[in-house]
Amino acid sequence: MALQSLDIKQRSATTTPSPQARQTIEIAKLIDVSACIGCKACQVACMEWNDVRDEVGNCHGVYDNPMDLTEKSWTVMRFSEIEEQGKLEWLIRKDGCMHCADPGCLKACPAPGAIIQYANGIVDFHQENCIGCGYCVSGCPFNVPRISKTDSKAYKCTLCSDRVAVNQAPACAKACPTGAIQFGSKEDMKDYAAKRITDLKERGYEKAGLYDPAGVGGTHVMYVLHHADKPDLYSGLPVNPSISPLVALWKGATKPLATLALAGVALGSLFHYVMKGPNEVSKEIEKEIEKEDAQ
Amino acid sequence: MTNHWVDIKNADLVFVMGGNPAEAHPCGFKWAIEAKKTRKAKLVVVDPRFNRTAAVADYYAPIRPGTDIAFFGGIINYLLSNDKIQHEYVKHYTNAAFLIDDGFKFQDGLFSGYDEAKRSYAKDTWKYQIGSDGYAKVDETLQDPRCVFQLMKQHYSRYAPETVQKICGTPKDAFLKVCEYIASTSAPNRTMSYLYALGLTEHSVGSQNIRCMAMIQLLLGNMGMAGGGINALRGHANVQGITDMCAYSQNLPGYLSAPNEGDKDRATYLEKRTPKALRPGQMNFPQNFPKWFTSLCKAWYGNAATKENDFAFDWLPKLGGATDTLAMFHAMFEGKLNGFICQGFNPLASVPNKKKVGDALAKLKYLVVIDPLATDTSEFWKPHGEFNEVDPTKIDTEVFRLPANLFAEHAGTFTNSGRVVQWRWKSADGPGESKEDAEILAALFLKLKAMYAKDGGALPEPILNLTWAYTQPAKPSPEELLREINGKALTDLIDPKDPTKVLFKAGEQLPSFGFLRDDGSTACGNWIYCGTWSQAGNNTAKRDNSDPSGLGQTLNWGYAWPVNRRILYNRASADLAGKPWDPQRTVMKWLGDKWGGNDIPDMAPTAKPEDYVMPFIMTPEGVGRLFSREIMADGPMPEHYEPFESPLDVNPMHPNNPKAKSNPAARVYKSDMEAFGTAKDFPYVATTYRLTEHFHYWTKQSQINAIMQPEQFVEIGEELAKEKGIKAGDKIKVRSNRGFIKGVAVVTKRIKSLEIDGKKVHTVGIPIHYGFKGATKPGFLTNTLTPFVGDANVHTPEYKAFLINIEKV
Repeated sequence: MALQSLDIKQRSATTTPSPQARQTIEIAKLIDVSACIGCKACQVACMEWNDVRDEVGNCHGVYDNPMDLTEKSWTVMRFSEIEEQGKLEWLIRKDGCMHCADPGCLKACPAPGAIIQYANGIVDFHQENCIGCGYCVSGCPFNVPRISKTDSKAYKCTLCSDRVAVNQAPACAKACPTGAIQFGSKEDMKDYAAKRITDLKERGYEKAGLYDPAGVGGTHVMYVLHHADKPDLYSGLPVNPSISPLVALWKGATKPLATLALAGVALGSLFHYVMKGPNEVSKEIEKEIEKEDAQ
Repeated sequence: MTNHWVDIKNADLVFVMGGNPAEAHPCGFKWAIEAKKTRKAKLVVVDPRFNRTAAVADYYAPIRPGTDIAFFGGIINYLLSNDKIQHEYVKHYTNAAFLIDDGFKFQDGLFSGYDEAKRSYAKDTWKYQIGSDGYAKVDETLQDPRCVFQLMKQHYSRYAPETVQKICGTPKDAFLKVCEYIASTSAPNRTMSYLYALGLTEHSVGSQNIRCMAMIQLLLGNMGMAGGGINALRGHANVQGITDMCAYSQNLPGYLSAPNEGDKDRATYLEKRTPKALRPGQMNFPQNFPKWFTSLCKAWYGNAATKENDFAFDWLPKLGGATDTLAMFHAMFEGKLNGFICQGFNPLASVPNKKKVGDALAKLKYLVVIDPLATDTSEFWKPHGEFNEVDPTKIDTEVFRLPANLFAEHAGTFTNSGRVVQWRWKSADGPGESKEDAEILAALFLKLKAMYAKDGGALPEPILNLTWAYTQPAKPSPEELLREINGKALTDLIDPKDPTKVLFKAGEQLPSFGFLRDDGSTACGNWIYCGTWSQAGNNTAKRDNSDPSGLGQTLNWGYAWPVNRRILYNRASADLAGKPWDPQRTVMKWLGDKWGGNDIPDMAPTAKPEDYVMPFIMTPEGVGRLFSREIMADGPMPEHYEPFESPLDVNPMHPNNPKAKSNPAARVYKSDMEAFGTAKDFPYVATTYRLTEHFHYWTKQSQINAIMQPEQFVEIGEELAKEKGIKAGDKIKVRSNRGFIKGVAVVTKRIKSLEIDGKKVHTVGIPIHYGFKGATKPGFLTNTLTPFVGDANVHTPEYKAFLINIEKV
């Protein structure tokens, strides 16, 4: 169900045209890594606002905890110690959904309405429609969605679509004590980033820049990086993220064919269902995509 | 803080040494980031670890734990030898020109007057030369060899950059880079905000560490300025409040030194604590001590405190010896205490040498724990595997847990680091049978009072006569308490300048301590809080954040003590003529007939600049002290001494004097001296600290915090890890001469080995926070390891530098 004041731009596996009448502002969250102190207030705010609690884990020899994104940890801080030209740096990056303008997860998703892109740019999972196939995981160039072992649904950051729908900033941005997480229109965020980048360049970070990768049409979560030329220094932030070619093919040029194929599969499934009873959806396609991804 | 949180945004340089605000004070640290963003300020961090503050700093330099004075001494030497001081400020606003007694000496690591047997100094030579006019003698040319400036210059000339490197392990070029940053703020219109916390205080030389920075900030002219100051970052949201209320035996509320056995009567007591001005025309504000003290006695004893009975002076307890935390637990350890009431305090976890503390608690007849949580202390008697190996059959202590509710479950005030007292409202009811602390104490008091009334006793008066005029005696309200702390007129107060004018009618709340009197006509529970609840109402509840100054002064947000002043010593933000050193950041200026600007003047409002009334009104000399006279226990100028557990055999500053290896004036109990380890068995330097994910020993009880940082870890450098065959994630055992703990190894580039006096020294970092009670993984109490010794002046334990060994489990 669309949230009040959030118009839907596109739905997964849906051909119904999206509404056009209202004009909404494209929003963005800007993470200024140079002002981030790794306090994890964003992680806590995310858990509290969204009512998710991960397990109390263990220390694994690093500051990171929980160690990875899970169905209950929609954002985590990733700490990396690097030495660049003899200078030690402790780069701390808040990881989570990037809310791509061209979302690979949505493209890959075969379940109608399980993944929604709002007109403001937020990409949201509607778990009630999710079939747990995991295509979104394969489709994501940032390795973000996680499938719950409990309910077989995919979960990730919603960019607090419920808060944004009522003109509130995401919980993480509200909780951030140093203003390292900014929220506003994408345009304003780019302006703000430009000022921060100028400041960083004056402090000797000549390669400071904005991370808003074109390969996914730009993102609605952007980073200010001191070393924009080496995003991979930040715990493996992809240098040139793009959607897996198979997903692009699947939902791009060959979409009419794919729809036909899906219809064929659906027919086959029906036949299968009638003859042999219920089964998991589209195993063949899943295997195919996984095979492609592995290459 | 002399300044306040928001003021950090006005700094040109934010210097952090002995603190880690990004982790321990993330909300306040936003102002350091703001200074970087809006003023192009630089952030410089000196710390044994490259911590999360260093992660966003412009420059970081490493240091060996416990060697801060050598580093600071080096900075002082750099500023003086490179002429990077604010000359006019130093000449007029500090005691640089004051002449010191000819008998004062510093030799072989000891100041004149040392008594080895007593481990203390006779301080009769640590004094100014006094002229025939009764005032201190000065030499404004600063050339006299006995003037403070010359003595200081000589004293710190021994701290060359090479010496700093040898002691601290800080590479010389890194040290000099830090000096350059700091020296840049000697320009009259540039300021450095100095931030510190327990990294500076928790040493056997903790107070002198802070003295060093006070001297540096005075030399640079950064005191009283917007974006300047010495800014202690306090831990708990209200630890400033508890300090101000002086819930310690040594002080009465408002930092009034408590009477001791030597004070036979009120007159003797007051005489010792009421100083005379040491320079002509100075405000010498402590001369008002009798007014503050008498008003306190009237607040406590009301009509029972009369001129005839010395305003109840005899009813006040008189200290007979040390009563700090270490002294108290040592006495308990020796079986000299029967009972202990422990309110909002988890000493088993937070006092050094857990074994000693546990043994001490086991000697009590009873222990009362008033706390919202089931603390480790309240279960000191209960076996928790290897984390707490005790035999309850051998412990007779009866433990009472009185559940208190949390701060959010009752109204009251918080006083933040910037001295801003802020009212807070109750937001929820406490669970179960929990009660407000005030209600619990009221019940205890009323019971005691009833027992004294019925049975009498040795000295029933202090209990029977205590003022207790609350609407519900069993439940004093926070509003009533704050009104009482603020103080009121007890009779009509007549204007001394105009006998026909009544300033305040009897019963009216007073707006400032300026109206307190020493004749019993006023009552005030804490003179520095006078003004928090005036006739105008609860000023701490003000929430107007308008900021006409643009400096973040927000004078109508809460109420800052004293008298709502936001920046202390703010008269010093202007030159002798009253013109601001930096007109862009005016705090105070002379307006022709009075002082004004963007703060409450820290000066008599109409004292003309030509009257030469100096800005440091709380000293009898009117100026800031580069030489602290006889105030400190361990010397009038800070000197480097090694931590009590040091990786070195000698103090490199005084290799031939074993008496000067560690702080010669620090108190050490014999059994604790014997429990110190040596570098032979414990080759690594350990330092303890807090993590941003937790608060002390509370939040291990909270699920969310436990998720964020679930388990005890120990940080070691890559080099040491390699030597010991330890990998990240391995379980390791850390031993000191007092016990062991286990934790997960975090192997990091952020702690480097340092070369100290030709020897390689590794530092190991050990977070506190974990224990056997809570939602985090059950673990050891870090203070199992730490030594039971503290600062020579205030006895803050040396948690930050001691010796350990490690091994893979």
